[in-house]
Formats: sequence, C-alpha cells, structure tokens
Amino acid sequence: MMVQDLPAARPPRRAQWRKLARGNGGVAALIALLVFNALVTPNFLQLQTLFVNISQVATIAIVAMGMTLVIATGGIDLSVGAVMALAGALAPLIFQSALGTAYPGLGVAAAIVLPLLAAVACGLFNGVMVAVLRVQPIIATLILFISGRGIAQVLTNGNLQTFKNPAFSYLGTGKILGLPFQGWLALAIAVALFWVVTRTLFGRYVLAIGGNERAAHLAGGPVRRVKIGVYVICAALAGLAGLIVVAINSASDAARNGNLMELDAIAAAVVGGALLQGGRAPVFGAILGALIIQLVKYTLLANGVEDEVALIAKAAIILAAVYVQQTRKE
Amino acid sequence: MQPLLSMTGVEKAFNGATALAGASLEILPGEVHALIGQNGAGKSTLIKILTGVYRRDAGQVLFRGAPARIAGPREAQEAGIATIYQELNLVPLRSVTENMIMGYEPKRLGVFIDWREAHRRAREILMRFGIDIDVRAPLGSYSTAIQQLVAIARAVSLDARLVIMDEPTSSLDASEIEVLFGVVRGLRAAGVSVLYVSHFLDELFAICDRVTTMRDGRTVDCRPIAGATKLDLIGAMLGRDTAEIAADGMTEFGGGAARQGEILLRAEGVATGPRLSRLDLTLHRGEIVGLGGLLGSGRTEAARALFGEDPVTAGAIRLKDAPSAPATPAQAIARGIGFLSEDRKAEGIVPGMSVRENLTLALLPRLARNGQVDRARERALVQRFIDALGIKTADMEQPIRELSGGNQQKVLLARWLAIEPEVLILDEPTRGVDVGAKREIQAIIRDFVGQGHGVVLISSEFEELVEGADRIVVLNEGRTVTELANPGITEDRLVRALAHDRRVTA
Repeated sequence: MMVQDLPAARPPRRAQWRKLARGNGGVAALIALLVFNALVTPNFLQLQTLFVNISQVATIAIVAMGMTLVIATGGIDLSVGAVMALAGALAPLIFQSALGTAYPGLGVAAAIVLPLLAAVACGLFNGVMVAVLRVQPIIATLILFISGRGIAQVLTNGNLQTFKNPAFSYLGTGKILGLPFQGWLALAIAVALFWVVTRTLFGRYVLAIGGNERAAHLAGGPVRRVKIGVYVICAALAGLAGLIVVAINSASDAARNGNLMELDAIAAAVVGGALLQGGRAPVFGAILGALIIQLVKYTLLANGVEDEVALIAKAAIILAAVYVQQTRKE
Repeated sequence: MQPLLSMTGVEKAFNGATALAGASLEILPGEVHALIGQNGAGKSTLIKILTGVYRRDAGQVLFRGAPARIAGPREAQEAGIATIYQELNLVPLRSVTENMIMGYEPKRLGVFIDWREAHRRAREILMRFGIDIDVRAPLGSYSTAIQQLVAIARAVSLDARLVIMDEPTSSLDASEIEVLFGVVRGLRAAGVSVLYVSHFLDELFAICDRVTTMRDGRTVDCRPIAGATKLDLIGAMLGRDTAEIAADGMTEFGGGAARQGEILLRAEGVATGPRLSRLDLTLHRGEIVGLGGLLGSGRTEAARALFGEDPVTAGAIRLKDAPSAPATPAQAIARGIGFLSEDRKAEGIVPGMSVRENLTLALLPRLARNGQVDRARERALVQRFIDALGIKTADMEQPIRELSGGNQQKVLLARWLAIEPEVLILDEPTRGVDVGAKREIQAIIRDFVGQGHGVVLISSEFEELVEGADRIVVLNEGRTVTELANPGITEDRLVRALAHDRRVTA
C-alpha cells in the first residue's frame, strides 16, 4: 500500500483535547475566581475551605454529569432534585428499620442499593415517557419533579429524620488520602462516564441521537433504548447524590434535599459546554461547570453577600454561558 | 382582456446562486392558471416574490394594471392576493370564526370584538362555499379539507382577486379533492383568479385553463391546457424535445448488461398508505433497478417500505429467503439492506460528528466488542474507504459539516458500503453534488453491483435512470404501472411511461 501523508494518521486523542479546550472560557473563569478569592476572601487558602467546597461541589457535579448525558441526546431532566429527595428519604427508613438495626451491615448495604433502585425506576419512567410515549422531556420530567418530592415527604410524614450511623455517613464524611470521599467518587464517575462517552457504542449513539436523531434511527441505532438509558443513568446519579447529601448532614429532610438541584445541574452542564440541542457530552466540562457555580456561591457567601443576590449571580453565569454558545455557532 | 397579473423578466439570486433568471407569469381575471416545474425550477421563489416574502433583483410586476408594491403578507392581502400554503398557516386550537376574522375583527366601541357579528359573518361566508359547520368549534376539530376551505374562504372574504394554492390536494382524499375543485370553479365563476401549483398533472387537466412551465429559474412555456398532452407538459418541465432524444452515454454507469442472477428482493402488491398503494418490484443479483416516477408518485415511500421505515399494510416484501418485511431500519440493516436517504441534511449526516464517526454509524454494532468500539479497526476501515472512494477530507476527525456536498455524500455511501450489504436503496444519490463527484458516485454504484449485489435506484435525473438502470419500474400515483428493460430504454420511452401514456406498452 502506498504511504500517504495524510494528517489522519495522527491520534484522535487530539480531537478530544480540542473538545476539552473548547471549554477554556470556563477554565479561565475558574482561575479568575480562584485568584479573586485568594486575594479577597479571608481564609480562602486553607484546607478546611477546600474540604467544604469539595464536599459540596461533588453532589452538584455528580448530578450535572448525568444531566450532561441527557442534554447530549437533546433532552432535559427536571426531576433530579426530586429523585435526590426520594432516595435520601428512603435510606434512613431502611437502616433504621427493625431489620436494618438487627443486621447493621446488611442494613447499610440495603440503604444504599434500594434507594438507587428506586432512582433507577424513576429514570425508567422518565425514559419511557420521553422515548416511547414521545412526551416532550421538559413535560415528562416535570411529573416526577412535582410528585417525587411529594412521595418523599409522604414517606417521612414531612419530618426531618436525624440519625447516627457512621457506616452510612462515610458516604458524605469519609476521607481518602485526606480528601473527602465524595470528591473521589465524583472523579471516578467522571472517568467512567468519559470512557462511556468516548469509547463505547452507547456513548457514540448518545452523541449521534443528539446530533441527528433521524439519521441515527435510519442507521439502525437503538434510539429508544439509548434515550431510556440516559434518563436511567441520570436518575441513578441523582439518587446517589441524594444519599450523599443525607450522609453529610446525618439527617434527611425531604423538603430541602436536592431543592433547586435541577437548576444547578443544568447550569453546570451548560457552563461546562453541553449544547441544549444535543450532540455534545463534555463530562469533565460538567465538573468544571459545577466548580464554577459552587465557587461563585461560596465567594458571595464568604464575602457576606446575601443568598438572594447569589441567585442573581448564578443567572448571570448561565446567561454568559448561553451567550458564548450562541456566538460559537457558525 | 387586460391581465390581472403580469410578471416579466423577474430575476432573483441568493448569495450569488441564481434562483430566477428571467421568469414571467401572466394571469387573466377569472382564470385558473397552473404553475408547474421540477423541484428547484423556481416556482416557490416566484410566488414568494409575488407575495412580498422576497424582494426581486430585477423585473416588473403589474397587478391590476399598476406596478405592484408588495413588501409583506399584509400588503399582499390588502392588494388582493391571498396564499393558501401547503402547511396551513392557521391556528388549529382557536375557533373557525377567530381564524376567519383574525386581523380584521369587527369591533364594538373600538376595542371589544363583536363576537355575535363575527360568528354571523363567518357562517355567512362559509355558506357561500356550501360549508355548513359550527364556526364556534376549534378549527383543528375539522378535517384538513375543511381547514383548507376555511383558509380559502378567509382569503376570499378579504376581497382576494388572486388566490394562490400551493399543492392544495397533497393531503386530501378523492372526495375532498372534489369539494375543493367545486370551490375553485366557484371562484372562477365569481371572477377570482387562481394560481394553482401542483405536481399532479391529472388535476391540472381537470380544472385549469392555462399552464405556465418553469425550468431552471426561467419560464419556458405557457399554453392553454386544452389541446396539451401530459407528454408536452413533462417534456417542457424536463427540457426534452421528446422527438429527438438520443441515448448517448452521458453518465458513468455504462450500458447495463442484463445478467440476471438469483432474486435478491421481491415486493408484491406492497402498500403503506395513501402515497404508496401497490408496489411490485423484483431485484436480482448484479442488477440496478430504477424507480421512475414524477414527484409524488411514491418513489421515496417505496424505498421507505423496503427499508422497514414505514409499516407495510398490504402485500409482501421478501429478501432472499426471509419470509417477512423488515419491521425497522435496524432489522433491515441486519438483513443486509442499506438506505441512502434523499435528504442528506435531515436524515443523513450527523453534522457535529467527524467523518470517521459518520462513516461507521451503521456499522457500529459490528465494530464493538463488549460494548466498546474497536478504535483501531474503526480507523483502519475508515481510512480504507477514504482512500477507495477518494473522499477529500483533511483528516478523518474533521467534522463532516465542513466537507463539500459531494464528499458528504461519499461518506454516507461509505456508511452503507461498510455494512457489506446485499441490497442498497439509493434515493437521489447524486442530488446536489458537482459533476465530478457525481461520476465517481455512479462508478462506485456500478462497481458495487458488479460484485453481485443489487441496487434500487431512485433519481429525478432521467439520463441517470435510463443509462444506469438495468430495468426501470415506473410508479404513478403510488402504483407500479409498468416496467421498462434495458437495453432499449430511451428517455423518450421513459417520459411516455411516466406520463402513463398507453402508447408505451403498445
């Protein structure tokens, strides 16, 4: 065969770097935030600050990564906050039940597995609504957005459930190599999802469906199954985040767990470079987005700005991210 | 008689691409005037200039004897020109009355809508068309035909002198078409002119007085419909003098040698809906079977049926020895059928994905092991196709949207060749690609059947069909009407067959 001097010979890793680099507006914003905080915010450059931020950003990041997959197919999932509340409400009920207290090890395991299964069921519901019944994603997921938290509150009679269970609390308070457990968990999930998106059949179909659903279908792609799959993954990750929040607080509050998380997650995904029309799934971008949103929140809080103003700042970030997306389109 | 409308020497270009180059149109008062032409002939551009959607670059437009100044739909309406679009631009959830008087509501005290008067007026106008319906009901609760008639009634109630109908019968059944024709005749009797755009030639003979033909942005013919034959109209649309068509080699297909192998694919009496009611087709190994037909004859629907995209309601499709038709595209692909859609943008490319990812989209399941894409094999395969088909791309990671139309089409062709199919269904494989790429694509197709596979070829270009296909199955209004075999097919014979002219079979 003739040796051709085609640039195609260079590794495709280049392309992935290019995709990553597209988010460099976000990286710049993150660095600016860090520098600003280092100069202005008191006690910013301390380990304690780092821990607080990592433990809080992890839940946003985990949910935002699931959201990124859903958005990559051209969908959206409003129910993540409600699924967090539901999973979070179930966990203490399970390990504090008669059986759970009799067999503590089994109880904790069940308190993690069963809520995640409940979350998966929620994801199945969303996925079937969207992919099979062809309900618009925003409406389909609105159903659980409303009812999911309701179910969680009914399960707990609307009460705050407090508990002491060190094994379960490890999810939210444990440390590996001195850094919060959930930070490592988020990182592991990111690596796994990055692999799924870039290396697997499923990931390729996710991007193809978001890029041109008709074409993916005519090329024999399993459009329904893949769409259901992303909603299931998104819901499972939301359930996990719900468990972490409960573990951090050693208390489950169905009314507040995951409240407004759908907005944070969508914002983080968009800031991270996900296109709302689909076709792009920047998993690490979602983490970057989550970091920016968390840092803005923290910056304002630590400098005595009121919470309500922080909301406005968040809106401004989303606006900026959407603006950048619009101008990037040719 | 002074013409109602006279457009002469109209020119229009979009970003340097000529859409109209010397188009003209003349409509007499009380005349039903047909406008025909192939896709891209410039019909809709001309209409949009007339209704003020586009501004003309050159030319003159006289309406009722005076230069027309129309800069938008509202002005067109006020001048007396109403358009009934293919896609109705009414509001289905609001009442019939609201749709009819929208923008011209009778007012009380200058602010409030006088509903009693509005309903009365709407009912009265509809009665004039012989339509007696509850005007308070939402428009969407009525059939498409009624909705269309409401649109026409609205137009006429606003003192339209010219009603433009764009493919008005495309979603109507036979009895509804009769109702529509009744209304059109009523308009003519009332002195209102109708500009009637349709692909269905039979309709033109049924209700039109004169017909204007456009081709490549020009008006090429205008004649009374009485005395014209379908063959005349088709000849004018395609720019063929039916008397002197010589089958010179103008494509890369070369003459089809009719070596008939075993039967690969057979469709018998296949129907999927109103657009495809009886498809009969047999495809042998080593054969290209063309699907001939005018727009709306059911060619694309036939392809979709064979590919399992539209459910088959009657008849049988057999692929080799599989007893039933594929139920989904995925199933069709698994059985060795590929389908290149005519709409490259909407159904072909995934614009944001790379050449590599687009090329392997249909092959993906076979490139994966345990759900993981075998990237080394993928790259090798993509490189092989880029070399073999001469796809011009900087790099297999280049987004496909950055490629030229011809190269995009080659990537899509490669997407289907990669699954090593037995049968390829190609819907307009060379549409919108330049001459060089076109010849290359034709050579690839010939090469493919040379290996003992089969191709079903759909093309609006006659020379591609005549020279490329070993046989041509001719469709007319959703039915297989005849079949022509090479050698011996001439464009003349094909044109006659398309017109469903009996002399062909004689």
